[in-house]
Amino acid sequence: MEILQIVGIGIVATILIAVLKTQRPEISLQVSILTGVVIFLLVASKLSAIISILDSYSKKVNIDTVYLATLLKIIGIAYIAEFGAEVCKDAGEGAIASKIELAGKVVIVALAVPIITSLLELIIKIMP
Amino acid sequence: MGVDLIFKIAAIGILVAVLNQVLIRSGREEQAMMTTLAGIVVVLMMVAKEIANLFDTVKTMFQF
Repeated sequence: MEILQIVGIGIVATILIAVLKTQRPEISLQVSILTGVVIFLLVASKLSAIISILDSYSKKVNIDTVYLATLLKIIGIAYIAEFGAEVCKDAGEGAIASKIELAGKVVIVALAVPIITSLLELIIKIMP
Repeated sequence: MGVDLIFKIAAIGILVAVLNQVLIRSGREEQAMMTTLAGIVVVLMMVAKEIANLFDTVKTMFQF
């Protein structure tokens, strides 16, 4: 199964990083980044299947595609920001990690503004 | 796909570490520094390629 392979890769990579940590910490950091990338790429096919199912459902219920597209974009931004922040935290750079998280939040709020405005207009329309 | 890349990079790291020690013991500190830098550049190129691959996957998947 997939999960066995992923856990195996994670443990082996952790051991390799432990070996490299004392001698070459910078290369061990790059091995941990690469392991994260490989594990995500292994799961990516399942994730895109789930997203396409979500798309088909939203078309069936004819939800406006703008909302779902924005939602998916926000999820993507959140994932990438979290990936970068965790890598920086691993390397011991807490300050850079928090800046990346701040930037991620700002970008997400900027993306969410049109949805919020359309929601407010809807509420105002409903109000007597 | 990328799994063998993990082992390749770990092997490069260990090789650079050993080479570094050998060169330092034989008194050539500056060459040891050069091999370390070379190792880091090679590893960085491979990791950068994989990160670009990750970003492309996320971009296509989440319809950026």
